[in-house]
Amino acid sequence: MRSKTVVDADQVRRTIARIAHEIVERHADPSTLALVGIHTRGVPLAKRLADLIEEFAGERPALGTVDIALYRDDVGLNARGALPVVGDTDLEFDIGGRAVVLVDDVLFTGRTIRAAIDAVFDYGRPRMVQLAVLVDRGHRELPIRPDYVGKNLPTARTERVRVRLAEIDGADEVILDPVPEEA
Amino acid sequence: MARRRSLISVTDLSRDDIERVLALGDRFAEVMDRDLKKVPTLRGRTVINLFVEASTRTATSFELAGKRLSADVVNVKGSGSSMDKGETLKDTVITLSSYLPDVIVIRHASAGACRLAQRHSDAAIVNAGDGKGEHPTQTLLDLYTIRREVGPLDGLHIAFVGDVAHSRVARSGAVGFALMGAKVSFIGPPTLIPRDAGRAFGVDVSHDVRDIADADIVYVLRMQLERMGPGGFVPSLREYAATFGINHARLREGQRVMHAGPVNRGVEISGELADDPLALIERQAANGMVVRMAVLYDLLAAPAGAVELGQALGAVA
Amino acid sequence: MAARLAQRPGPRASLVIRDVRVLDPVAGIDEVRDLVVRDGVVGGSPDGLDEIDGSGLVAVPGFVDPHVHLRVPGREDLETVATGSLAGAAGGFVAIVAMPNTKPVVDNAAIIESLLEQAATDAVIPTGFYAAITRGQKGAELTEHAELAQLGAVGFSDDGFPVSDASVMRRALQYQRMVGLPLVLHEEDARLSAGGVAHEGPVASRLGLAGIPAVSEAVAVARDAALAAFEDGRIHICHVSAAATVDEVRAAKARGVSITAEVSPHHLALTDEAVASLDPSRHKMNPPLRAESDRQALIAALIDGTIDCVATDHAPHAADEKEVPFEEAPFGVIGLETAFAACHTHLVRTGLMPLELLVRRMGADAARVVDLPQPSLADGSPADIALIDLDAPVVVGGDGHRSKSSNSAFAGDELFGRIRLTIAAGQIAWRDT
Repeated sequence: MRSKTVVDADQVRRTIARIAHEIVERHADPSTLALVGIHTRGVPLAKRLADLIEEFAGERPALGTVDIALYRDDVGLNARGALPVVGDTDLEFDIGGRAVVLVDDVLFTGRTIRAAIDAVFDYGRPRMVQLAVLVDRGHRELPIRPDYVGKNLPTARTERVRVRLAEIDGADEVILDPVPEEA
Repeated sequence: MARRRSLISVTDLSRDDIERVLALGDRFAEVMDRDLKKVPTLRGRTVINLFVEASTRTATSFELAGKRLSADVVNVKGSGSSMDKGETLKDTVITLSSYLPDVIVIRHASAGACRLAQRHSDAAIVNAGDGKGEHPTQTLLDLYTIRREVGPLDGLHIAFVGDVAHSRVARSGAVGFALMGAKVSFIGPPTLIPRDAGRAFGVDVSHDVRDIADADIVYVLRMQLERMGPGGFVPSLREYAATFGINHARLREGQRVMHAGPVNRGVEISGELADDPLALIERQAANGMVVRMAVLYDLLAAPAGAVELGQALGAVA
Repeated sequence: MAARLAQRPGPRASLVIRDVRVLDPVAGIDEVRDLVVRDGVVGGSPDGLDEIDGSGLVAVPGFVDPHVHLRVPGREDLETVATGSLAGAAGGFVAIVAMPNTKPVVDNAAIIESLLEQAATDAVIPTGFYAAITRGQKGAELTEHAELAQLGAVGFSDDGFPVSDASVMRRALQYQRMVGLPLVLHEEDARLSAGGVAHEGPVASRLGLAGIPAVSEAVAVARDAALAAFEDGRIHICHVSAAATVDEVRAAKARGVSITAEVSPHHLALTDEAVASLDPSRHKMNPPLRAESDRQALIAALIDGTIDCVATDHAPHAADEKEVPFEEAPFGVIGLETAFAACHTHLVRTGLMPLELLVRRMGADAARVVDLPQPSLADGSPADIALIDLDAPVVVGGDGHRSKSSNSAFAGDELFGRIRLTIAAGQIAWRDT
């Protein structure tokens, strides 16, 4: 089996636009909203959503980034033995009382989202936290559910879902890599 | 427990390692900007600070670094402990290691103490200063401070002024600054700069304080009072201050000043200069903690046994 | 005068080593043949004797070490006459002389008599003792040289310390004219060396270790050579470590001063680069390991005879005492068991020095500097033989140490040259199993 593109550039763009519309539908006043992109690809996604929301609703939500490396549940346990790189966490605005929408590219076990929620809570007390993801590939290990989903993509556990975004990878697409062959 | 990486000498680090630690320092600085100055990252890990040679500032810096990472931190001092009763460093390290700490931070009066500890413990050993040997976390916080306040190190000229012979700050700094692209020189009295220092460190050596003119940063070294006077390395405090003391008059516009502290006002540095906000001294002290957080995180973020001793892996591809 | 070397009693050896390379540079022998020992004497008929296969091996006159520390009285936990002499035998030595810096110092009749008695029951090879030059080695008052000489002291030394007071050194040299025994000198200027733990050079600078400058040794030798010239005295310089010192010794010899010198295997093999290990058990000693240029000067001096002989300065220390930070550890490494292998590996196998010359410098020349009988393989000589397998590898410490202590500069190293058999003063002292 070979890798295949399951969502192409055009579909990615339309999906993101749809998510932006859904967010606007559920949040009448985007100025009370904060989009927080989770490193790495959640960051450009959050920015695109913020731009689109401003375009659709005339108001721009606050925009921030969070890196969950310092909140991971597996510090020092990563079997690959490589050292994690920690991206910047930038939450300039006041979290208190805001509706925070966490933004990430792929939702898988839910552990990253758990860490992101802990990080955000260390900055203040949001009114509510929601989750927007481009792809939900299933296999949750925690009781985490997304509020806005671009595409539901059932996968085998050992398959790999790769999201590519123009800002980082030069093109927009979602690729499914097959189960790795026995070595 | 498998053996961990340690930070005993600046030579344990590659340029990539240093870049990674400095970048981590920025992340922890962000955490310090919050109200809640704590992250859960090292929850359940144990850090033992073994300060056989006393030091309030460095000990506090390491203690807070560990606690703000949510680690359990224990402070063991040399005096008032069983080491007073004659227990050797080796036995102390073995006993402390039996409690399975993840990190032992050691400050000791003798060079080589950390290498000895490493032979008897699987914990990560962090050198907080071993005699006249090395002080790698000082160099890292110095590099971090220079980056943030002055700019990239490539091409910068940093002059250490004063008692190089007895300075672990100068030893680690000469290696670390050069590794990051800076030019380093030693300026001081001939009695306080080892004859082979130029060759040993690849630096220019001068005995004329006016040669600081070429430096972008003047790094003033503490002049210990015991080293002056009868039988000492310089005839008197007054003569030292007159020939090598750094003050505003000796500096030109744009030169920055650093000092690892504690400062002897009026001896190696004038009181006015020590208080001058343009001097980086206070920034150095403040940055010490976030850089030490970065070091602790960096050492413990890799699983034990996954890395060869003394080697470091690069960042995730 | 009492016997100056003592050995425990034992059966005289009788055996024949077949087809062995018999190498005695002084007697002018270098040929492959049988070597017979009958009743502890070289030569005679091989009939009826136990045979040892000597093919591929070389038999040389046994080595002599005029500078060892046996740590008795006082530190029997580190070494004893029995274990130290066994380490010597295992290293091919047939005679050793021990320094008096013990607890208490060997500075009076009772102690030296007691030591010679111990050697007469425990020493596996003939063992002698120096007495201190000054009481307690404090450098102030001379010990009773005449009486100590009468009782069997091989010579006088304050090793471990220099004799800092020139007037005391002068008096010792004057007294020597009557007593006639060697003055064996540890040379350094105590004030120049004060606080130092390693060679003052780039390595110590880099590591932040206080330095012991080479000039400290050279300055002391210059002074004592001048005093010896002035008083017509005879001095032997211990553990030369620096090129500057070699220059002083060479100049003194050229002026006709009666001066001899020794160098240790570790100074011939290693430099201050080794100190980067910060392992005091292997690399901390006084005088320290110095620069490569010093090492080269020592090798050249040993070859041209400016340095007369090799001496190990065998200095046992407890593991606990050495397992401390470098600066805090005591100075010294053991060396009897590895001396030949180390010199053979680093000097002969590298082509720097011929085997015959090394054998002289470890044997006859070492005996000569302290007036001991020179071991010989000529017929009729007392059997003082080391039988060596030159190519056999040895991992130092691999099967323990014969010394009670294990602080060797060569710990873990692979060296070449195994001593298969040592016969000392006619007795089998060591047999490799």
